[in-house]
Amino acid sequence: MPSDAMPSDAMISAQGLTKQYGETRALAGVDLEVPAGTVLGVLGPNGAGKTTAVRILTTLAVPDSGSAWVAGHNVVTEAAAVRRSIGVTAQDATLDDLLTGRQNLVMIGELSRLPRAQAVVRAKELLAQFDLTDAADRVTKTYSGGMRRRLDLAASMVSRPAVLFFDEPTTGLDPTSRLRMWDIIRSLIADGVTVLLTTQYLDEADTLADRIIVIDHGRVIAGGTSRELKAQIGGARLEVTLAAPHRRAVAALKPLVEGAVHISEDKRVLSAAVGKSSGLASAVIRALDAVGALVDDVETRQPSLDDVFFALTDQPTEELAHVSGNGARP
Amino acid sequence: MSMTATPEVGTSAATIGHDVVVMTRRNLVHISREPQQLSDVTVQPVLFTLLFIYIFGSGITLAGGASYKDFALPGLMLLNLTTSTMGTAVGLSTDLTTGVIDRFRTLPMWRGAVLVGRTLSDVMAAAICVTIVAVTGLAIGWRPNASFVSVVAGFAVPLLFSYAMSWLCACIGLLSQGPESAQGLGLLFLFPLAFVSNAMVPTQRMPLILRTIANWNPVSAVAAACRTLFGNPNPSSTIHAWPMQHPVAAALIWSLAILAVCAPLAVRLLRRRTTS
Repeated sequence: MPSDAMPSDAMISAQGLTKQYGETRALAGVDLEVPAGTVLGVLGPNGAGKTTAVRILTTLAVPDSGSAWVAGHNVVTEAAAVRRSIGVTAQDATLDDLLTGRQNLVMIGELSRLPRAQAVVRAKELLAQFDLTDAADRVTKTYSGGMRRRLDLAASMVSRPAVLFFDEPTTGLDPTSRLRMWDIIRSLIADGVTVLLTTQYLDEADTLADRIIVIDHGRVIAGGTSRELKAQIGGARLEVTLAAPHRRAVAALKPLVEGAVHISEDKRVLSAAVGKSSGLASAVIRALDAVGALVDDVETRQPSLDDVFFALTDQPTEELAHVSGNGARP
Repeated sequence: MSMTATPEVGTSAATIGHDVVVMTRRNLVHISREPQQLSDVTVQPVLFTLLFIYIFGSGITLAGGASYKDFALPGLMLLNLTTSTMGTAVGLSTDLTTGVIDRFRTLPMWRGAVLVGRTLSDVMAAAICVTIVAVTGLAIGWRPNASFVSVVAGFAVPLLFSYAMSWLCACIGLLSQGPESAQGLGLLFLFPLAFVSNAMVPTQRMPLILRTIANWNPVSAVAAACRTLFGNPNPSSTIHAWPMQHPVAAALIWSLAILAVCAPLAVRLLRRRTTS
């Protein structure tokens, strides 16, 4: 394993990370770089390898090959130094259920080498900052999902680390808690820390990250700013649901959209990227009507993660494919 | 005995001590908030003491007309101590199956504190447990009959054994898939260990195989050592097996041997469980 000097001045940097768990290839060669003071969004479906990458970068797992540096330290050979520089919010809340919120934060402060008095002060600050003062002395077990995430986030901030890792910080939260998390994360980012954030939601990466990489099957399949990625995906999506499959529907739609028209398995739903144009829905209906296709529904919407995958891999995401019963990808 | 995979860590004795204190305190809070664990060291000792002395005691006659109460109390200390060390297995296994272990692993702490803090808090709970057995015993008429130093030693020897056993249970906790299986595995191992011994009944009338096991069982050695140190009746003193002839030495050897094997083993198992 090469462990030469860190290749650049990036706060987080990884080269050719691979990791195999039994039969499963979790990472198949991941490169990434996060310059100091910026936010990288790692976007991908369940099982894409996001969590494995975070576990390696936070010293919880050792890569089979490849190397990575965080805050100038090699994650394998200088793990202890890495641990002193990072804060981690894992996907499953890593709290002590039998301690109160305050006790959790004080304990983490003490284990992060703060003197007890300072750990107590810091805990109080964080509880206020994360709106947990009222619940501070309740056992964490009684916290709601949103409160647990906030406490977990607070826990990763105890030692004011320069580098933060958030692994799917809003997965499973209700919309209100999610927006609240975004506000909190934004305020942390404003303090100039370097952040690596994984998410399944395009809008989350969009709103929080400076740059985004898309991971699938343990590989980085695309990267860039949110604008660059969206250009690749092609702005808004049009989705037309026909009353019955129709032979000439695709040809009729083609002149109105950008790029390929996607057809669902039952051949009733057609989707494609569209530009901004007024009267689009009317034009779509007229065109389909002209070829005799009966339209049930016309919808335009912002691109979703699924669209990113349509665009980048021409395949739906594993999870969505599974949910809609399309089966596994080849 | 460094727990980290990274040789460059300058873990000083002070930071190790500090982390152990933090983890011990955390685990003591756990014991106070976990009804099952709390009852293991508070209610159960009283219950066991009263049940065994009044139920078994009514049916057991000791050679030479010795008091069952005086015979049984040191045995009850051992019975309670042995069964409550299961808390170590369950507690550690719970830590490993919840996300909290990952939190600890991303902190710049001495990782061995997870084990040392756990076993220390459990030996503190064990001290409470033994005290409660002793107080219950005193209330119903048990009396030690030896010098002050000897009586203090009579408390220290079983606590050392309990500390060693909690490292053994740490290994059980590290080997099991989760708290439930840790509890199952622990029961399967600890109950025979506690009962196939001289803790509650003299071994003389057991079937040969059980008697041989009982005479060499560490629990018997520690119980006999307690009886000797407290000046309570010790029917095992007439048995020729070496540990029964030298119970204090045997108790210490057993305890140190269990520690010497299980502590390094637990460290290795923890490293294996937390390396991926």
